[in-house]
Amino acid sequence: MKRYSVFAIAREALRHHTGWERAWKSPAPKAAYDAIIVGAGGHGLATAYYLGKNYGITNVAILEKGWLGGGNTGRNTTIIRSNYLQDSSAAIYEKSRSLYETLSQDLNYNVMFSPRGVMMLAQTHHEVRGYLRTAHANALQGVQTEFITPQRVKELCPILNIDGPRYPVLGALWQARGGTGRHDAVAWGYARACSDMGMDIIQQCEVTGVRSEGGKVVGVETTKGYIGTKKLGIVVAGHSGQVAEMAGFRLPVEAVALQALVSEPIKPCMDIVVMANTVHGYMSQSDKGEMVIGGGTDGFNNYTQRGSFHHIEETLRALIETFPIISRLKMLRQWGGIVDMTGDRSPIISKTPLGNCFINCGWGTGGFKAIPGSGWAMAELMAKGEPGPLAAEFDMWRFKEGRFIDESVAAGVAH
Amino acid sequence: MLTLTCPYCGVAAEETELSPGYEAHLKRFGPGSTDEEFEAYMFARKNPKGVHFERWRHAYGCGKWFLAARCTATLEVFGTYPAQVGEPPANIIEKIKARRPEWKGYK
Repeated sequence: MKRYSVFAIAREALRHHTGWERAWKSPAPKAAYDAIIVGAGGHGLATAYYLGKNYGITNVAILEKGWLGGGNTGRNTTIIRSNYLQDSSAAIYEKSRSLYETLSQDLNYNVMFSPRGVMMLAQTHHEVRGYLRTAHANALQGVQTEFITPQRVKELCPILNIDGPRYPVLGALWQARGGTGRHDAVAWGYARACSDMGMDIIQQCEVTGVRSEGGKVVGVETTKGYIGTKKLGIVVAGHSGQVAEMAGFRLPVEAVALQALVSEPIKPCMDIVVMANTVHGYMSQSDKGEMVIGGGTDGFNNYTQRGSFHHIEETLRALIETFPIISRLKMLRQWGGIVDMTGDRSPIISKTPLGNCFINCGWGTGGFKAIPGSGWAMAELMAKGEPGPLAAEFDMWRFKEGRFIDESVAAGVAH
Repeated sequence: MLTLTCPYCGVAAEETELSPGYEAHLKRFGPGSTDEEFEAYMFARKNPKGVHFERWRHAYGCGKWFLAARCTATLEVFGTYPAQVGEPPANIIEKIKARRPEWKGYK
């Protein structure tokens, strides 16, 4: 792989950009691999990357039924934060956030991580107490957050209306080191690095069955034929239930649609991410100038990648109240993604009833921010066969044993 | 917008008038059950991509809970029926089979 650098740009400029190579190869599948990862989204590619980087396992295939990064990795609102309440959540999300800080250098690919700050508004007294508690918990966890006053909120985001008639802003949880990243670039950067390590990224290759013998996976049936493997990692977000069913077990997961939308581009007017969970909307401004807006999930199982219109209306109503200046903005695009929600709104990174099969799912509405940390923890699980400290609490048997990692208050809605 | 006809009051209710209640026909387990049974009742879900049976409440209407058969891959509604049944009634099963001949049936 030729490294991207200022010298590469200069060199290519001099020869009319004829020397750029493809960022990743698209090989035909081999007969067998040491490990197969189902799903070439952010989490799957990150898992493969850290398998290679941290554990030297590079005889790996990443199978993708569509195109890489075409699922929820390409459909989120790119928010990165780690201000969670529970210790195990804060640990993995903070690991993830800290990996994002150096990801561009690590991958030699600009993922445009922008630590612009994430602000979660407190608009009820209950929320004030909740966020104060989170701020204290974060202090103990080593995650840098603080509870700030309405005046400070206004300073950080002048277009915010802090004196709304229904829900005046009473304060906010502020994580200065949170921010946004370029979602596609995260997938592309990991894909390029994986391909460079000799891994095979096989797109347009849908897994249609999991073949197992004596409680162990031996390979997968795909639309490109049977592929053998010594280890299997299922990292498919919304369709986790389907692939798990092929492998013969059921998950505590339900798939629902989550929507997002962007406005027409306008001049820079906010340089942070604002989340308003009481009225339920969140917004940031992309580098192109579009306001990137996220809303809520529908309350029913859905695989269609489109959500209900009334949720968009509710989200925009909330945001117009919070940011009056956007009331005349036109919305350009709207889309939905299928998110996998668990009972406690925390992810699953777990062994499964099949000995050499592992699953990473249940990131629900907040998967993008977790990509590097999730891949890091999943790679450790797949390489060693046992979870490391980051993944230990996130096994799928916690639901049977009552060891919930309850983030439904902190994270059940906006992510 | 999703429209479901309430089998009690007969109103063709829009989604904004309804509250979702997720998977129907769950067998309840409580004190005295095994951990596996309780987990299956509480958390494990069929979550199918295709025919699904759900609970809905006509919240801003007559207030009744009812059940619906719906396709999660296309949002097609096969029919609705009263909640006082242990499994989907025969006429609903017939309607689904007419529309989805490949469907493996309720289990």
